[in-house]
Amino acid sequence: MRSPRLHRRRAFLPALGLIVANAAAMAAPLPERLSDTGLFVAGSTTVVRPEILSFTPQYPLWSDGAVKRRWLHLPHGSTIDAAQPNAWEFPVGTRLWKEFSIGRRVETRYIERLEDGSWRYATYVWTEDGHDALLAPAEGIAALMLPEAGSGRYVIPSQLDCRACHEGAPVPVLGVSALQLSPDRDPLAPHAERPRPGDVDLRSLVERGWLRNLPQPLIDKAPRIEAASPAERAALGYLHGNCGHCHADPASTAAAVPVGIVLAQEVLNPAATAKVMRSLVGAPSRFMPSGRTSAMPVVAPGASGNSVLTQRMRSRNPQVQMPPLGTAIADSAGLALIERWIDHDLPSTQEHQP
Amino acid sequence: MNRSAFSTTAVSLALLAGPLLSPVARSADDGSGPTADTVARGHYLVTIAGCNDCHTPLKMGPAGPEPDMDRMLSGHPQSLAMPAPPKLPDGPWLVTAAATNTAWSGPWGVSFTANLTPDPETGLGRWTLRNFMDTIRSGRHLGRGRPILPPMPYPMYKHFTDEDFAAIYAYLRTIPPIRNQVPEPLPPPVVAAASMQ
Repeated sequence: MRSPRLHRRRAFLPALGLIVANAAAMAAPLPERLSDTGLFVAGSTTVVRPEILSFTPQYPLWSDGAVKRRWLHLPHGSTIDAAQPNAWEFPVGTRLWKEFSIGRRVETRYIERLEDGSWRYATYVWTEDGHDALLAPAEGIAALMLPEAGSGRYVIPSQLDCRACHEGAPVPVLGVSALQLSPDRDPLAPHAERPRPGDVDLRSLVERGWLRNLPQPLIDKAPRIEAASPAERAALGYLHGNCGHCHADPASTAAAVPVGIVLAQEVLNPAATAKVMRSLVGAPSRFMPSGRTSAMPVVAPGASGNSVLTQRMRSRNPQVQMPPLGTAIADSAGLALIERWIDHDLPSTQEHQP
Repeated sequence: MNRSAFSTTAVSLALLAGPLLSPVARSADDGSGPTADTVARGHYLVTIAGCNDCHTPLKMGPAGPEPDMDRMLSGHPQSLAMPAPPKLPDGPWLVTAAATNTAWSGPWGVSFTANLTPDPETGLGRWTLRNFMDTIRSGRHLGRGRPILPPMPYPMYKHFTDEDFAAIYAYLRTIPPIRNQVPEPLPPPVVAAASMQ
């Protein structure tokens, strides 16, 4: 079991990068075609192998409106260890796929855990005829011509981009977690997708023996974000799903951004919501919009227009926008939720604070 | 000066400076702390890689502009509010720089060199080695955020080895912390106008 503490020590090893590079070099090369990665039954690029698990996180990442499907493969006889409830340990050989569609299938992203415990990342770009998807260059594709996309162009992420988002969190698997797969799903979560038939969730992972050592309280009661109102629950969930992988608690991983804004939720931690709220509400920031002479707080209750959070969510200036990559169009539904929470929910809940 | 002599000198200086310097072992990644040789190697790399050229403000000396070592590696001075950059005529001239060499204007907007001292609020004090490596390797702030702007030559520096990064990071944690809040970069006028829409 790799504890977060051990993870931090490993991150300090001067040779870490070389270890990762060597592990990738020793592994078999990535297949050139998605159909050879083990997702589909032989001869098909539409029928998923029966042993592969599909899942739908309750707080999806905004990806400019792309429709997504997700799958997980665990090697035969292996399990996920959930002893650390916020940093599940995935077995060597774990593979995940995420398919992005805008009018048609555009890309399928792929993550695989290698023999030494490191992870490798790849993206497969679907051919226009949809027959298969081909391995994208490691540096990604800056502007894939895609008439179905709003701008007519689509960005295929580089492998460094993959690492930028996935390796800021204690565990690079972001959508398979106790909170994201909780059966107690948030009805107000923006862009929430209904679980598909056959999807696994927290309960079924345990029942089918794929997940072990899950703390009993999470079995007895499905986890949910503790919040003062339904809108606050959804807002904090949205921030967890879209921002928490980089804005994790800096104590949890050496790769987290050390800026004091913590947006990752933690199950079984009764102080988790308070920690997130402290880092947001009235918290100072360095961000000074053009034309202003003083910095804004991260969140000003009752004043979303004077809150850094909404300013940066709304911007798509590369120096300002949040999230900083993976999106070229601001999420109007997510923004509306956050604004409603700041303008209407926060002032009243703040009044009731002791 | 050969490398071993340089290392000895650097370590001696570090010892002499004692109370002014942060302890070598103070690191967000505690565990086995870096050795004096590692710190000396980092000092050497920071020197020959030219980090001071842009991250230490220039001041006017008797022989012309010279690095202001009282502000060593502390980035663009907070107190120096820059006016709008000059608009260059069409032609081959593309970039302008402040007299301090810490603010640069070009097609990307205006960039300000970062505070590399271990000040926890305004410098790299809370950064881990991983944050530092990820920044240079990815060309993104903290490895995950906004793009790093010119003239930072990260496309060259990303080829530092892991050992080089560890040494540079170790050295940067030993220099005097300087509280200096560097401004955020400014977008180019076209982007600024578009982002207001």
